[in-house]
Amino acid sequence: MNNLVVNPDQRQEVTAQQSQELYITPLVDVQSTPESVVLRAEMAGVNKGGVEISVEDGNLILVGHRQALNVSGDPVYLERRPVHYRRVYELDPSIDTDKITARVEDGILTVTLPKSEKVKPKKITLE
Amino acid sequence: METNRYQPYLQSEFSAAFNRLASLREEMDRLFESPVGPILRPPGSLRSWSPPLDVYEDKDSFTVLLDLPGLKRQDIEITLREQNLAISGERRAEENKGEQGFRAERFYGGFQRTVKLPAQVEPNNVKASYQDGILKVVLPKAEAAKPKQIAVSVD
Repeated sequence: MNNLVVNPDQRQEVTAQQSQELYITPLVDVQSTPESVVLRAEMAGVNKGGVEISVEDGNLILVGHRQALNVSGDPVYLERRPVHYRRVYELDPSIDTDKITARVEDGILTVTLPKSEKVKPKKITLE
Repeated sequence: METNRYQPYLQSEFSAAFNRLASLREEMDRLFESPVGPILRPPGSLRSWSPPLDVYEDKDSFTVLLDLPGLKRQDIEITLREQNLAISGERRAEENKGEQGFRAERFYGGFQRTVKLPAQVEPNNVKASYQDGILKVVLPKAEAAKPKQIAVSVD
């Protein structure tokens, strides 16, 4: 993170452009219900256009590209990291990959992974 | 400029000696912020979280940015007292209905950040917006704090 240290002689606007290839692991809450598994990933600065979700070799890949903000002036104090987000999960075979849905709201990516019919709990009535 | 959060990678040589005094405390904080932190600290614990903050300055205004993913607008509070900007709020957990298993890494509960701006600002013209989980507060500088050009008259 050395490039974030503000050098008074050489101030410049820090944007996501400078770290185009820098990815961090977002914090994720995972919740399992009888119908589905829900992932909620913290991706500040990511909107609908910046999200890429793919399934490859049984892995779920979540990528969030941060949109560069318009800020005028020079940085005088920096803690935020101008990075993108990436996280990979191994999918359980019980997940129905054709029915995965996702939305992003207020910087939270919510991915719903429905469980396939065969693993859902079922009641069997006696004949 | 002062903030209420230690900044590990923004350490000037000037303050390095002073910061060493608090090194044990920071070691603990870093432990909690590391990937194993969520295991050590259960969700909803009393320790509050601390969202990262940036300050930008141009000749007319300051811009403060905070990463606050997953908050509702009505849960964010911004107060300005002279040069001290305080941003506080609370992140509420989503309803968990019928959950079987849960792995929580995210932080919930209240937070507060304060930052002392380097110059006086115009309290009535502060603008705040919240989009994609980022809070942006623009604070115009007070007239007295703006740089002025003084023409030198030659007799």
